[in-house]
Amino acid sequence: MATHDATVAFPNTGEETLGVANGKLGMWTFLVMDAMTFAGFLAGYARLRWSAGSNWPMPLETFGPVGIQLTALNTFILICSSVSIVHVLAEQMRGNMVAARKWMAVTVVGGLIFLGIQGFEWTHLILDVFPGVVSNGLNPNFVGTFLGLTGFHGLHVSVGVIYNLILYLGIRNGKIRSEDTSIIEIAGLYWHFVDLVWILVFTFVYLI
Amino acid sequence: MEIRAKGYLSPLSEKGKHSLLTYLKEWAYSTDAKRIGVMYLIFSIIMGAFGGLLSILIRLELMTAGPNIITDDNFYNALPGMHASAMIFFFIIPCFTGVGNFVIPVQIGAPDMAFPKLNLTAFWILPISALLTFAGFFFNSLPEYGWTAYPPLSTSVYSPIWGADLWVIGIILAGVSSTMAAINFLATVFNMRCRGMTLFQLPLFTWSVVITSFLILAATPVLSSAMIMLLLERVFPMTFHFFSPAGGGDPILYQHLFWFYSHPAVYIMILPGFGIISEVLPTFSRKHLFGYPLMVWSLVAISVLGFLVWAHHMFATGIAVQIRIGFMFLSMLIAIPTGIKIFSWLATIWGGSLRFDTPMLFGLGFLALFPIGGLSGVVVASVPVDIQLHDTYYVVAHIHYVLVAGSVMTIFAGIYYWFPKMTGRLYNEFWGKMHFWLTAIFINVTFFVQHYLGMKGMPRRYYDYDPQFELLNMVSSVGSVVLFAAQFIFVINAVYSAFKGKVAKANTWDDGVHLEWLIPSPPNHHNFEEPPVWDPIIRKHVSDDPAGGLWKQYGE
Repeated sequence: MATHDATVAFPNTGEETLGVANGKLGMWTFLVMDAMTFAGFLAGYARLRWSAGSNWPMPLETFGPVGIQLTALNTFILICSSVSIVHVLAEQMRGNMVAARKWMAVTVVGGLIFLGIQGFEWTHLILDVFPGVVSNGLNPNFVGTFLGLTGFHGLHVSVGVIYNLILYLGIRNGKIRSEDTSIIEIAGLYWHFVDLVWILVFTFVYLI
Repeated sequence: MEIRAKGYLSPLSEKGKHSLLTYLKEWAYSTDAKRIGVMYLIFSIIMGAFGGLLSILIRLELMTAGPNIITDDNFYNALPGMHASAMIFFFIIPCFTGVGNFVIPVQIGAPDMAFPKLNLTAFWILPISALLTFAGFFFNSLPEYGWTAYPPLSTSVYSPIWGADLWVIGIILAGVSSTMAAINFLATVFNMRCRGMTLFQLPLFTWSVVITSFLILAATPVLSSAMIMLLLERVFPMTFHFFSPAGGGDPILYQHLFWFYSHPAVYIMILPGFGIISEVLPTFSRKHLFGYPLMVWSLVAISVLGFLVWAHHMFATGIAVQIRIGFMFLSMLIAIPTGIKIFSWLATIWGGSLRFDTPMLFGLGFLALFPIGGLSGVVVASVPVDIQLHDTYYVVAHIHYVLVAGSVMTIFAGIYYWFPKMTGRLYNEFWGKMHFWLTAIFINVTFFVQHYLGMKGMPRRYYDYDPQFELLNMVSSVGSVVLFAAQFIFVINAVYSAFKGKVAKANTWDDGVHLEWLIPSPPNHHNFEEPPVWDPIIRKHVSDDPAGGLWKQYGE
């Protein structure tokens, strides 16, 4: 029997489709779910911070200008790694798998640098800054929400680094070929999402 | 011993034909959505029996005033929460996931779900999460804060027990499992439909699961974030104070997050049931569903409104009165789309040529009893009335009319309806009807009197009560025991009929029109010999039906 165009492009789908691969649909719906998880945390943050008499510390004073600049740099690095995963897809579509592999390595390293700087920052804050917040009688939820939000996001970055590393190995072993673009595209969706959420977290926790 | 079974039930390998162990292993590792669906159903019915047993313990304790069978009041305090966790997270929600797994790929003409391995993973997370949730039973450390787990009662200061931490982790895992299933259902329905099966040709059960999946996708993660916050606060009490006022936290914040999930969760537990009823009533009325487009849009309306009403569970917490009025208005608004559904079902059976097989009886029983729960919901949605009725047995009666006369009746309608498809054999009709009548009657004996108890002021979840409530509590307890016992008729009937029942034909009820009735009972692996083509049927209204069409034939 005659096959619909979508069935040729994505062999696992039926004849009536939305015209995208199953995996992409799965990733999009997963991201809706994940966005709602972050929304829960952010709503909790907003409620705790912006209620009367919350006695919330000023982020600029607590982190210090240098601390915020360091995190701004970290944000920049994460955005750069989001650009580099676009290059992976672009090179793959051109059929240049060696360049795609190199860009994937750049993406993985970008994620690792982000995690490294965040680890350094956590150590500094926990040892030197947070005890002061609590002893000055300011709202200790500043500490709790900071660790919760950045920690949960850092967990996402860690998962993304492992995810990208697996794809890197897949490209190196020849298991991901130039026609398997949807695999890279789906990973890209996740990685962009992690980036996007970080911009929200950065704005809420550090800037406002 | 030789295992003889047909269709998807048949052993996959030569070894599986002779060894029961191999055969069961083939089930445990199978990614066939039909097998996973049946495993979901078996698991959830076991959990349902467990949850039912807990409720019987509660009712026996409350049979007369004063301590009865339970001497340890701490154990009693844990029972309502454990009963609710078992029924909500491990009985009703997985039951619908199970029916969905079996039916949906077939109804849309697909060979399987979009992500079969994800499907199997989602299932096997559930037993693990059930073990964690109920781990407190094994080493006597049961959380006593009810299923809502409101802080500060649920923080480590007031519930300093291991069982509570494990309960929280178990609930998070159950949420993960159901989101995995939701992602799978959405990808399956949107991407794997056969030719001709456009979105507004989808059977209503499939539609209801799509809408439910959106609800799960948007609501469950908010519960997860609340539970993660609670867990952090419990495990690291020196650092995290999200919900304890002593540390600058806000216990009302928890209630907002919790009910932002748990109100939509009520719809997660009833919408697939609405879908099942929309399958059962047309088949046994030998008519098309009345008002198909409005039935779909009212599902959408219920799910959208369902996200805007959560604070009606919090009227007694002292939130601003303007906010309460807004939530009251929106809550009452839900009665409109629900009313559209009720009246469309009535119009579906109106003038039909009815058959009263067991699934139809459960469908009609639902139609008769569910509105009682729906209407008492409108009563408690009203702010001044709710402040009076809050945390009394009236709320218990309301939620049980919705979930037992609602969800559980639809689950039975669905299981009886598709039982011949699942097993290839017919259940025993006499015992099916017996099960229905005992269930329908004793639901009312058990729960109706609780309305009155609640209005007179009997609080829920308490170990003891004023002796003036003794008579009606006795009625309720006796009813609950008979109701529980009657469910074993179903279990025995199902197990016996699965092996010894009469062989069922493909279109078991003669009048099934959707794709599942066109393939053999039980279906084969991958459902269809070759990709099916769906011949569109009139989904709009009687006037669009050509002369001699199904509407004109039986309607008017």
